[in-house]
Amino acid sequence: MVSDGQRLTVSELSELADGGAGVIASSGAKHVVYVGTGGAMLPLLLFASARAAVPLTPLNYRLSADGVRTLIGRLPEPLVIVDDEYRSIVGDAGIQVLPSAEFLHAASSADAAAEFADPEAVAVVLFTSGTTSAPKAVEISHNNLTSYVTGTVEFGSADLDDAALICVPPYHIAGVSAALSNLYAGRKMVYLTNFDAHAWIRLVGDEGVTSATVVPTMLDRIVTVLEESPFDGPALPTLRTLAYGGSKVAAPLVRKALSLLPQVGFVNAYGLTETSSTIAVLTPDDHRTALTSSDSSVARRLGSVGLPVPSVEVQIRAEDGTVLGAGEVGELFVRGDQVSGRYTGIGSVLDANGWFATKDVAHLDEGGYLYIGGRSDDTIIRGGENIAPAEIEDVLVEHADVRDCAVVGVDDPAWGQIIVAVVVPASAAAPDVEELRSYVRRQLRGSRTPDRVVFRNELPTNATGKVLRRDLVAELNSMKEHA
Amino acid sequence: MIKNGLRLKSQVCDTQVIVVRSAESLEDLRAGGVRMVPVADESAAALTVDPAFSSGTLMGKRYVDDAGAEVLVTKAGVGSLSIGTTPLAVKDAKPLPASD
Repeated sequence: MVSDGQRLTVSELSELADGGAGVIASSGAKHVVYVGTGGAMLPLLLFASARAAVPLTPLNYRLSADGVRTLIGRLPEPLVIVDDEYRSIVGDAGIQVLPSAEFLHAASSADAAAEFADPEAVAVVLFTSGTTSAPKAVEISHNNLTSYVTGTVEFGSADLDDAALICVPPYHIAGVSAALSNLYAGRKMVYLTNFDAHAWIRLVGDEGVTSATVVPTMLDRIVTVLEESPFDGPALPTLRTLAYGGSKVAAPLVRKALSLLPQVGFVNAYGLTETSSTIAVLTPDDHRTALTSSDSSVARRLGSVGLPVPSVEVQIRAEDGTVLGAGEVGELFVRGDQVSGRYTGIGSVLDANGWFATKDVAHLDEGGYLYIGGRSDDTIIRGGENIAPAEIEDVLVEHADVRDCAVVGVDDPAWGQIIVAVVVPASAAAPDVEELRSYVRRQLRGSRTPDRVVFRNELPTNATGKVLRRDLVAELNSMKEHA
Repeated sequence: MIKNGLRLKSQVCDTQVIVVRSAESLEDLRAGGVRMVPVADESAAALTVDPAFSSGTLMGKRYVDDAGAEVLVTKAGVGSLSIGTTPLAVKDAKPLPASD
């Protein structure tokens, strides 16, 4: 494992985790909270907490002091481990605060804890990003995580020279699953704690990185840098797979990345915190087939999230619970051992047969490929008609003058809601509003035409690239009141 | 019934497993032809691997029977796993392209 210039072998990590478990056990804490940028600290705390049979919660270090302390207050008697730069936002939350450096120092000499966790017990509690509602505490058990890992990774299957570059945040499910599955595969893990496209590209070269996972905003920046400073010969020659996920990536960006990195296999991974990470994957072969196919139903799959992983079942259901067939849009339900569906203070939300309602609008095509149409909470209801913003966004983002866009519903006295397209222009000149509206009208039903188009220099997103639609809607609603 | 999460060891080789999914059948789980015991227990002396059950276990592999039992090998050994005299089957992962 390589993290901020530090190198640890797996046995060194294991020894530190043993000592870390001792530190956690002797603190008497019932929960461990980590506030920091991650790197080696994440796998270390995952295993130290597990070996002390105490759940771990990595928190979003970008939250306000109030936000962090409120979340810590929702966890039982926690030991709070914090990177120096975030020491002040934590205050005296929890039963004890321990700076990361002190924890590491103590872990290097402490005796191991003698606990062995119940596999059904909670291993990790993650707060949902709360882009549509207040954060919920998702409880993920040891069994959920091991089912995911043993079901999708062969132990020790990585080649000796394999290396994964990990730049997803530690408080995101992708950060947790990256630490576990790469370690299980025996793949060198290279951590980049504060994402920067230049640093990312440099690390790929320096460490001979063969696989990496990025969120959409990261992919966008990497592509921009690669376009600005072309390599002599192939870019990133060691890279074999590049996975993207965390939120939807616009098709033009995927096509651009594919053409810039022809030797790289692209992977689109879709999953939720509640499902212990990935539940559907669009593989490198799927990407290549879709890109070159003259059959439009196959070409379209570039915008899908691929096929469900073998250990997960999926259903698309109508509002009345009827299971829908191929091509019919409804809500995505999933079932499998890796699906938690359990929240602190709420309990399990699985139905009687173990199905979890994802609240994602989705459909399957004839070949079983899964398409995600955004959160059902984001659905626009205009004059009684349900409209998934993703349907309009997918069309609009293909327009040459559009770099990025988000479509939201804004309150309207006549229609209930109207469709507003927030567009980031591709160049300095603002595109023609009527041209954009008619571009959408030509391809979708008339009721899908944006009522208004507004321009922004960028879209508000969180660290994993999710567009903060609530912020956009709030801003647009208040602008209207003041107009 | 044996609890999920119970760790068992072979009495005749290095094999150790953790029970992922329990079933009644695991009461007669054997490694190297000899009944497995909880890791904290003493192994009986003077037992050896039955040559009929000596194809070995693989680290990190899951083994299953027809009754729904599943164990994960956490330490490999020269004895192979069986319920009574019926060998357990290896359950293959369906590997994803490196997506983490």
